[in-house]
Amino acid sequence: MPTRNRDEVIRVELTAGHVWTVVAAGLVFFMTPGLALFYGGMTRAKGVLNMMMMSFAALGVVGVVWVLWGGSMLAGDPVLGGLTADPFAHFGLHGLMGTEDLLSSDFSVTFAIITVALISGAIADRARFGTWVVFTLVWVTLVYFPLAYMVWGDGLFSEDGALGRIFGEPIDFAGGLAVHINAGIAALVLILLIGARRGFGRDSGQRPHNLPLVMLGSAILWFGWFGFNAGAATTVEQAALIWTNTLVAPAAAMLAWLLTERIRDGHATSLGAASGVVAGLVAITPACANVTPLGAILLSAVAGACSAIAVGLKYRIHLDDSLDVCGVHLVSGIVGTVALGFLAIPSEGRAGVFYGGGWGLLGTQLAATLFVTLYTGVLTLVIGLVLKATMGLRITRRDEVIGVDLTQHAESAYSLKDEATGYFAGQAPARPLPGTAEAPVPAASKGDNQ
Amino acid sequence: MKLITAVVRPEKFSDVKDALESYGVQGMTVLTVHGYGRQRGHREVYRGAEYTVDLLEKVRIETVVEDGEVQDLVDVIVTSARTGEPGDGKVWVTPVENTVRVSTGELGDVAL
Repeated sequence: MPTRNRDEVIRVELTAGHVWTVVAAGLVFFMTPGLALFYGGMTRAKGVLNMMMMSFAALGVVGVVWVLWGGSMLAGDPVLGGLTADPFAHFGLHGLMGTEDLLSSDFSVTFAIITVALISGAIADRARFGTWVVFTLVWVTLVYFPLAYMVWGDGLFSEDGALGRIFGEPIDFAGGLAVHINAGIAALVLILLIGARRGFGRDSGQRPHNLPLVMLGSAILWFGWFGFNAGAATTVEQAALIWTNTLVAPAAAMLAWLLTERIRDGHATSLGAASGVVAGLVAITPACANVTPLGAILLSAVAGACSAIAVGLKYRIHLDDSLDVCGVHLVSGIVGTVALGFLAIPSEGRAGVFYGGGWGLLGTQLAATLFVTLYTGVLTLVIGLVLKATMGLRITRRDEVIGVDLTQHAESAYSLKDEATGYFAGQAPARPLPGTAEAPVPAASKGDNQ
Repeated sequence: MKLITAVVRPEKFSDVKDALESYGVQGMTVLTVHGYGRQRGHREVYRGAEYTVDLLEKVRIETVVEDGEVQDLVDVIVTSARTGEPGDGKVWVTPVENTVRVSTGELGDVAL
């Protein structure tokens, strides 16, 4: 090895902390493909590809938007009264290259991707794919990046922000507000706009088609979540506490979910275990650095039981939250965020009710929850209404019967027969997009197992 | 010649097949089918949502035999497929006009 002047090669020396951020960003990135499996297994067989593609669309769109203007919206100086940062100050990540700040931005984008992808579970089997792609672009720009800046950056809820000065700075270590409540509210609004699946609550074909995929997905989510929660740890003590809580919270929530099911339905199910793990991870997300391991068990057990009960409500109120984005992410996100008002251990002059901190922190957490609900709710409603009026949110009734995979992507997930079931028609000629009125999708030529 | 058709439990199929082979049956056609009779279905629960699955998987066996073997074979199938519970299945017999062995063109009983 020729000796080189190190200053020329690495301007900021790579420390263990930087290495951990690089690894953690990779872990969080892998959660979105994990989510695609978690959601994909839960849909019916004729919708699994579309479900997974909605997560992959988030990877594609948010990845590019982040480089163009998203990264700037998290890194710059506040504009619009602290609502966001200037999207053009660091356009193309200009000004971040060659600095440590690019690494922070790398870590941040993985959160943006999964937050968008989380929403997709609510609109399984019936959304127009093109509209979803446009939605991810608009939503991440107008809702996610501003909200992440308000909660984690120098925006409205920071110490010096307008709302932070009135209500105090909320505790949201890894994204109870910015990720889970945010995605849950957006999901709720989209469900109201898009309507229920055909046969919702009656069609037995709507039960999950592949539970091993769901369990694999939840395992990948749990694995990645160690990076999601502990990625921003600044001390060894903090990293250790977060890792401990990220293990024990899903464990306790899974047990709580299984117990709830055993009592209510008679059996502890694999889907319940996978769901309980995710509910516990969601609940501990805002609190991972600010509760004791015992507090984590209490908080996530409550979240697991609440989410297990909440997922049954959709049939009573006829709200087709297909894969329970609200039941799991909104409910457990709120439980985790609000529970901090009671369980937060003393730090930086704040503590929860149980640690003698008084009711102030609880008020802050509630105010922040209410603000996210309103901000996300109103903006998602506007975005959704515009898209509904222009592109249309929903596929046609006929396409829904045939299946969203075949009509939106001209593919089927599983072809289990080896015999000839059609014929090879040669290289596909250019033609209008399938699924449009000019080009109805041809009968199942790629498989007949639907 | 008669066609014997039997619909049996999937878990009893290997017993039925062994019994038929022991008796000397030369061939059979087997299909996986779905249906229900008196047994109806079972209950599955996903995140608190209950589904009744009433089309259950069964195995359908078809074999063409000489008239003289019909009663014995039906007995063999019924004995080997029985558990005594609803859902054990059905066996029925239908007359067959003719058979042809594809490889040789032989007709009738010789072709069985």
